[in-house]
Amino acid sequence: MVTSILFLLLLGAICGLLLGFASKIFYVYEDPRIVKVELLLAGANCGGCGFAGCSAAAQAIVNDAAPANACILIGKENISAIAGMMGTEAGVAEPMKSYNNCDGGNRAADRYRYSGLNTCSAVAALFGGKRECAVGCLGFGDCAQACKFNAIHLGAGGYPVVHKEKCVGCGACETACPKSILEVRTVSHRLLHLNAVDDALAPCTQTCPAEIDIPRYINHIRNGDFEAAVNTIREKNPLLLACGRVCPHPCESFCRRGIADEPVSINQLKRFVADMEMNSGKRLPIDRAPDTGKRVAVIGGGPAGLSCAYFLRRAGHHPEIFEAMPKLGGMLRYGIPEYRLPKKVLDWEIEGILHLGVKNHTNARLGVDFDFGSLIASGFDAVFFSIGAWNDANLRIPGEDLDGCFTGINFLARIGNGEKIPIGRRVAVIGGGNTAIDCCRTLIRQGVDKVYLVYRRTRQEMPANEVEITAALNEGIEFLFLSAPNRVMGNDEKQVIGLEYLKMELGEPDSSGRLRPLPVKGSETVLDVDMVITAIGQSPLLDFRGKGDRLDGLAITRWNTFDVDPATCQTNVPYIFAAGDSATGPALVVDAIGGGRKAARSIDLFLKGKPVIPQPEAIFNKHIPGTIFESVDGVVKKKRTQVPELPVASRIHSLDEVALVITEAQARYEANRCLNCCRLCYNKESGV
Amino acid sequence: MQTGYFELIISCIFVNNILLAQFLGNCPFLGTSKKMETAVGMAMAVVFVLVLSGAITWVVYTFILVPFDLVYLRTISFILVIAALVQFVEMFLKKSIPALYAGLGIFLPLITTNCAVLGVCVLNIDKGMDFLHSLVASVAYALGYGLALILFAGLRERILLARVPKPLQDTSIGLITAGMIALAFFAFQGMV
Repeated sequence: MVTSILFLLLLGAICGLLLGFASKIFYVYEDPRIVKVELLLAGANCGGCGFAGCSAAAQAIVNDAAPANACILIGKENISAIAGMMGTEAGVAEPMKSYNNCDGGNRAADRYRYSGLNTCSAVAALFGGKRECAVGCLGFGDCAQACKFNAIHLGAGGYPVVHKEKCVGCGACETACPKSILEVRTVSHRLLHLNAVDDALAPCTQTCPAEIDIPRYINHIRNGDFEAAVNTIREKNPLLLACGRVCPHPCESFCRRGIADEPVSINQLKRFVADMEMNSGKRLPIDRAPDTGKRVAVIGGGPAGLSCAYFLRRAGHHPEIFEAMPKLGGMLRYGIPEYRLPKKVLDWEIEGILHLGVKNHTNARLGVDFDFGSLIASGFDAVFFSIGAWNDANLRIPGEDLDGCFTGINFLARIGNGEKIPIGRRVAVIGGGNTAIDCCRTLIRQGVDKVYLVYRRTRQEMPANEVEITAALNEGIEFLFLSAPNRVMGNDEKQVIGLEYLKMELGEPDSSGRLRPLPVKGSETVLDVDMVITAIGQSPLLDFRGKGDRLDGLAITRWNTFDVDPATCQTNVPYIFAAGDSATGPALVVDAIGGGRKAARSIDLFLKGKPVIPQPEAIFNKHIPGTIFESVDGVVKKKRTQVPELPVASRIHSLDEVALVITEAQARYEANRCLNCCRLCYNKESGV
Repeated sequence: MQTGYFELIISCIFVNNILLAQFLGNCPFLGTSKKMETAVGMAMAVVFVLVLSGAITWVVYTFILVPFDLVYLRTISFILVIAALVQFVEMFLKKSIPALYAGLGIFLPLITTNCAVLGVCVLNIDKGMDFLHSLVASVAYALGYGLALILFAGLRERILLARVPKPLQDTSIGLITAGMIALAFFAFQGMV
């Protein structure tokens, strides 16, 4: 008896001593905060946070892999205690919310008859589900079963509906879903997510350079929820008033309705809800992530800069815009004439972005008013270049320096800035792009007698928007196709008195796929004009370089643009990013907005110390195979709403906006024309 | 009684499978077999712990309990030794081989008091094996445990997709399946 007690005591003592020593020898440093955080967690090991037990969750919180409110069971006090311990402000952690990505439900056809167990995981195991659509909702409601908070139910169409108030963002539904229908994300994650191959994307959304969820906002308009429509657009595009007016809407070319009928007037719907917000006189609140304290210098306050600053601010960073011109807006203000985008509309929109807490410095030109070194010295963590393409290309013909010769952007910018320019009576505008058309239409409004547009190819090859070309023709501008300027003729006072041009004929296709124009010998013709505007292309103005050593190593392409990784917008200098025209060459406003967001994503990664890598599987506006149809059945033809315009007779004498907004009834009619497409499925009879 | 190593291995893995013939360690068998991932983790942890405790308990038994005539304290001292050993190993791994520690994860401390572990140690002693034999037997038993667990996890993952009458869902059908695999394993009876 005594022996056995003694023996057990001895054995216990040996084990104890051994473990004691072992804990000394094999001691691994652990952040003491982990234990403290763990004490504040619920201790239920429920897994609601997505980690294996509370200690794993505590570790993740301390290592910044999880937010302070990761635990779904603890109250506000504990969350703020944890947040305080982690050095962030109490209650600032960005909430996670569940979002449903598929609202097609039962629309997609079945590939086979399924009579197995009524769960999504079971049907997903059988050839990835019974529906034709590879990404769509399977509709058995595994997510609703998995939700411990009754926040999900299956809606009428057979797809999950999330109650935002009940959702705690635990992630159980996302784990339960064998597809990626339900995604539990923070706001900033959603804002900075680029369209990817396995997303539920309609053809229009795949095409949109800003990646706006088009069917979703049109659906909101259909339901009369205009605020939700505005918020949906704002998730991807902060300049909806401007885009609603000037965007050439590449999305509409891929509208599925357009295959069997006319495409939905997507951009007019955007303009309608955007104007609705502006005219209501109050701004919709824009939510954003908690402040991070990281500062980003945004050089250039055009669409790319504004977009990047907006998304960075919404992700919690602190962007500051440096703009060389007196006001923000870039080409939107100085390149696009008043009659297409009124300045007061633009002012209202930019003000909304600045209201988020974006600082701005105008009349501050890099290389003149401040230099790059001082920028870095004043503590910016990253720099974003969006300086646009403000350098007009020259024709390289004799007489280009005569009085009365202007270049396109320079001319538009000076008009936009309210300068008085000596304007002739008869003007030739050289070029076939939007800048050339804008010059023509601006000149008409300045009261000139005759405007010629001189273009060396034909109307088919003109890069300008079709709508703009038609409007220009309606306003009485004369187009001279297949005409290449040869020289500008001047008098003794160095005044322009005419433009000599050569007739052209089309030859073999060139590298751009367009037919190459060839001059016809002896076809010199003189055009009687007293002013010539050259608008034949633009490139970025990079004359600030070479003044600071830091920028010497910055790679520049042979087109004089920033040499960036197109997938991340990062330059060869890791903390410098660039997008917009200065990285891509002249492009659309909406391209610049999408570029700004793409750059914001990379800058966000950079500021958080994560590797700046392209988002895997991002589509970058390439279409997902199989989603662009040859024919669409079940569509009843309904006429597309025409954009109301001011009559030509009155509009050419003023700078009033030409295109008008559609009415609410028209908007609802147009929204009902939308087939609410996803990848493969669409509403066959859209109803009225 | 000393059989050849080959027969010993076959016997421990198949004929006397610790789970399906001896019915030891059933709680983790049902608890960790819902997902293949956890089943593999558990199987790895069992191999690791079983081999170590098989060796150390043999030493404790032969060199401490027998000479001091304390054989009747076998069970309690084995439990103590195994528990301390696992804790020790956990600390050691955390410091020296963090990758393995992360791989075994939560399963390592979980099986300190697993009856399969204790059972194998006791069985080895009962059969009067020498050190090497008991070591080989421990490895083989652990492999047999892993085999049964992974087989079972595979089956349970498939069962999830089948139509099971409501009263029999989840653990019930698991137990029935386990019983049937056990029956199948009886076919090995008499091989060795």
